[in-house]
Amino acid sequence: MTQVAEVAKPGTNTEAYLRMYTQMVRIRAFEDQANQLYLSARMPGLTHMYSGQEAVAVGVCEALEVSDKITSTHRGHGHCVAKGAGFKAMFCELLGREEGYCRGKGGSMHIADQSNGNLGANAIVGGSMGIATGAALSAKRQGNGGVAVCFFGDGATAQGLMYEVMNMAALWKLPVIYACENNGYSEYTKTAEIAAGSLTARAEAFGIEAHKVDGQDVLAVNALTQSLVARARKGEGPFFIELETYRYHGHHVGDINRTYYRSKEEEAGWHADRDPITNFGKWLSDQGLAPEAELAAIRADVQAEAEAAVAYALAAKYPDASEVDMHVYAATDPATLQAGA
Amino acid sequence: MREITLSKAVNEAIAEEMRRDPTIFVIGEDVAEAGTPFKVLSGLVEEFGTDRVIDTPISEPGFMGLAVGAAMTGSRPIVDLMFGDFLFLVMDQLCNQAAKAHYMSGGKLSVPLVLRTNLGATRRSAAQHSQSLHALVAHIPGLKVAMPSSAYEAKGLMKTAIRDNNPVVIFEDKLMYQDKAEVPEEEYLIPFGVANIKREGTDITLIATSSMVQVAEKAAVILAAEGISAEVIDPRTIVPLDEATLIASVKKTARAIVIDEGHQSYGITGEIASRLNEKAFYHLDAPVIRMGAMDVPVPFSPALEDLTVPTPETVAAMARRLVAGEMIHAL
Repeated sequence: MTQVAEVAKPGTNTEAYLRMYTQMVRIRAFEDQANQLYLSARMPGLTHMYSGQEAVAVGVCEALEVSDKITSTHRGHGHCVAKGAGFKAMFCELLGREEGYCRGKGGSMHIADQSNGNLGANAIVGGSMGIATGAALSAKRQGNGGVAVCFFGDGATAQGLMYEVMNMAALWKLPVIYACENNGYSEYTKTAEIAAGSLTARAEAFGIEAHKVDGQDVLAVNALTQSLVARARKGEGPFFIELETYRYHGHHVGDINRTYYRSKEEEAGWHADRDPITNFGKWLSDQGLAPEAELAAIRADVQAEAEAAVAYALAAKYPDASEVDMHVYAATDPATLQAGA
Repeated sequence: MREITLSKAVNEAIAEEMRRDPTIFVIGEDVAEAGTPFKVLSGLVEEFGTDRVIDTPISEPGFMGLAVGAAMTGSRPIVDLMFGDFLFLVMDQLCNQAAKAHYMSGGKLSVPLVLRTNLGATRRSAAQHSQSLHALVAHIPGLKVAMPSSAYEAKGLMKTAIRDNNPVVIFEDKLMYQDKAEVPEEEYLIPFGVANIKREGTDITLIATSSMVQVAEKAAVILAAEGISAEVIDPRTIVPLDEATLIASVKKTARAIVIDEGHQSYGITGEIASRLNEKAFYHLDAPVIRMGAMDVPVPFSPALEDLTVPTPETVAAMARRLVAGEMIHAL
């Protein structure tokens, strides 16, 4: 296993740094608004907060092209934002409105944004591992240099599907990166209680090069991902990354009384010492790349964007009743079903 | 016209489509050099190479999942599932992922793939290699389900399945692979949702799927000798279902038996019978009868296994009683 702690090079790419900062702030703002929508009973159903894990989604997705594919999870808003989605269509989706990315038919756990290469969040833990690997198979067959990133949590490493598809990805050298966001908890259980051995060793057993990285350090995540993406494009994949991170909220927004599985002290410690946005902002200021005032302005702009998007979504219309049985089947052009077509 | 086996018909359909569309590939266990245990795919790897006829490890959920992702991203996979019984292994990828992606994404994603597998008992293969599980997948919106009853249907339905932009599950009767039928040399496709009236009749309608079409046709011959005129209809696809043709027939004959090799309870027979009751009730002279496989795990012993599926004799016997006006519901 390779430990990566690549030192970023201050001043070489300030624009990219500020974009990463902004994207992390956008994810946090999105989640704060989503949580408020739930707490104020304006959102149907439940949702799973990505807050705390922002450096993972942003560090990875900033290393990808729009045409590269990702698959996401039930805790997927961060991936969706990081891969380029807009707030309005995302909030519309969370609220079941027609202008949502999925016309309100998917909701929080199924946001898909094909235009940005997001093949969808998945409400089956580990359910997208085959899809991401299949997208990599398509990319290899098409010879387009594309890469697929499969986001999944530590809980999903207990699913058998993962080992089946990693085996095939390794056999066929597919351009897929398995990004394991290890936030320490499998729903309401400490992952340490349900995972034997080491997660990276499981990938290494298939001959897959595996890395472990601080998932709270967006530059470390980004540097590692950039190098792996470049290598995957050249046919050196697949790769596995374990990203050590932390989810600030419970398993979902309704999981509020959770001291039976983790302490408030533990949570407070991550907030105080390892917040990816605070720490990256401090680094940007310390390096003289962006004064705190500039970062504060970014946060204010994002906050205004998020509030406006929520207001827009709350006023947006629901899908017409005629939509209920629309999109069960994709259309097939009858002309293609003729002999000789 | 030339006659070819069902196995050859499937092979031809896939080869023709692979020549036509380079995005198609076959993926599954022992599909390449082995050509599957039933040898249905023999010769494909020689023509198309291992890039397009892909042998996998014994990982059904894994390669099913790969196919779903590949189908979402510009490929058209044909997934080979060696036995229909293995459907239980791929249910999440098939029913939670492939079937729902188009709807859950509001029409943005589509999953154009074919899952070819098989059904059918009486091959002395016992309970885990003999099931007919099409009702399970027919229950899931987003999947289409084709059930060819001969080499002719197997070729025409396979070509349509491959060109369809949705996940299609196609069940071949594993006992019919060597059965021959007339298959034209020239290209043809069989549209989904169009039933085939195999034999016209006036006294009773025998609606039969896949392996049971032959059984119904033989029953019709037995009945004809007794002066009973049976109409035999093969729906060919159960999703979509050509309800109109079935209803029109029952309105004419006033009696119907639905025959299918899936377990009788909660199966295809009940669904079709119910639709006929709902839409043709006042034209019926007798309750619509279901004849499916017995509600038992398929036994190994030939002495037992043959008891579990409808036969021409049991179908003819039931038809005889219906036409005679016997009070079937009293049983």
